[in-house]
Amino acid sequence: MALENNKQEWTKGEMAQNVALDIPDGSYVNLGIGMPEMVADYVPEGREVIYHTENGLLGMGPEPEQGKEDPELINAGKKYVTAITGACYFHHADSFTMIRGKHIDFCVLGAYQVSEQGDLANWTLGKPGAVPAVGGAMDLVAGVKNIFVITRHTTKQGKPKIVRDCQLPLTGKGVVKRIYTDLAILDVTQQGLMVKEMAPGISFEALQNKTDAQLKMP
Amino acid sequence: MINKLVPSLSEAVKDVKDGSVVMLSGFGQAGSPIELIHALIDQGASDLTVVSNNTGSGHVGLASLIEHRRVKKMICSFPRTTHSTVFPELYSNGEIELELVPQGTLAERIRAGGAGIPAFYTPASVDTPLEEGKERRTFNGRSYVLEYGIEADFSFVKCEGADRYGNLVYNKTARNFGPIMCTAAENTVVQTKKMVDLGDLDPEAVVTPGIFVNRIVEINQPLDESQLIAENWRYPWH
Repeated sequence: MALENNKQEWTKGEMAQNVALDIPDGSYVNLGIGMPEMVADYVPEGREVIYHTENGLLGMGPEPEQGKEDPELINAGKKYVTAITGACYFHHADSFTMIRGKHIDFCVLGAYQVSEQGDLANWTLGKPGAVPAVGGAMDLVAGVKNIFVITRHTTKQGKPKIVRDCQLPLTGKGVVKRIYTDLAILDVTQQGLMVKEMAPGISFEALQNKTDAQLKMP
Repeated sequence: MINKLVPSLSEAVKDVKDGSVVMLSGFGQAGSPIELIHALIDQGASDLTVVSNNTGSGHVGLASLIEHRRVKKMICSFPRTTHSTVFPELYSNGEIELELVPQGTLAERIRAGGAGIPAFYTPASVDTPLEEGKERRTFNGRSYVLEYGIEADFSFVKCEGADRYGNLVYNKTARNFGPIMCTAAENTVVQTKKMVDLGDLDPEAVVTPGIFVNRIVEINQPLDESQLIAENWRYPWH
């Protein structure tokens, strides 16, 4: 089985690079917390991409040097960041005007599950007694022009995350445009989930075996 | 003469009543009016409904207000953060109410409340569990959810600079919910790092116009919440 060989999967860095390559010069981009943040490290030379963070900064830069952290300059994940030259600050209603008002071009988010219709579940596992927290995820999927998901193809237990229907509580219905996993890049289309690209050495059959949703080759 | 500066924190928060609705600015610790919150703990009002993006961390600020059982209900988007244990414990024991609101909806509900708009429709939360019980309407073929504006009895807001008219400027991402919360309360109480003379703030650069502000207290060196949490402080201090 080709899949037994870890070398044939994309690494996290390669996954982030796959996303970065699809974000054109001049885009306004919101990156979710966690793996999506890595996308910023792989923007190809010559492209200017402006990062938005929903807590009120357009033109977010990299982490500050040690000792230069400012508790009043943080990102949506409450990590210390910097502001690029030409950045601007604004209040929360303006920030979500940018999001809901379709001014942000791309949003890259993590996922618990994505369905073949582009439904996304990424805010709660819905366990009883657990504290639910939603943040800006539902506003982002409702308003950003292109929603990309970056996620491992399966859970740590090996269960498919790309599914026919999401069992977990939804963040939004029919919102995801493209899915980047360690095994493939998938496009959500009216005809279903199209395989755009597969990791080197992985067969369509092996990919389908790790996917609950029905995959199609273009 | 107009002078919104008040001499003390206790004066600034003196008339918060049991059952008041209180908005607290801040996104995590950035912009959280920690001195005003501590003054509110000392003042003693309880059964509060608090509107704030998070629920506080450690045992200081909002977390301490909650720990002292002064908060009946939280309206927020993200009630857990690193080092937040107080709210999650009370919530799982059923001892505090939670109204969970998507962050953009929370911001717009506050903005609407301050702008005299009783309700509006938003696409956020359509087809999710957070839509349950809400009115849905279709515009141009797309579904939207009815959400209501929020008005408060008090807003507590932290800013960087203020003049005696109440014109305000903020610092970086500590601005967050401050400007909209200033508009949405019957009494807006501000803690500023610096009081400046009239005319020192560039009229083109004022973020919150003074008309939205009722009282100002000057706190030159506000506490650093993450440092307090790292050193395991609890308010009242011990």
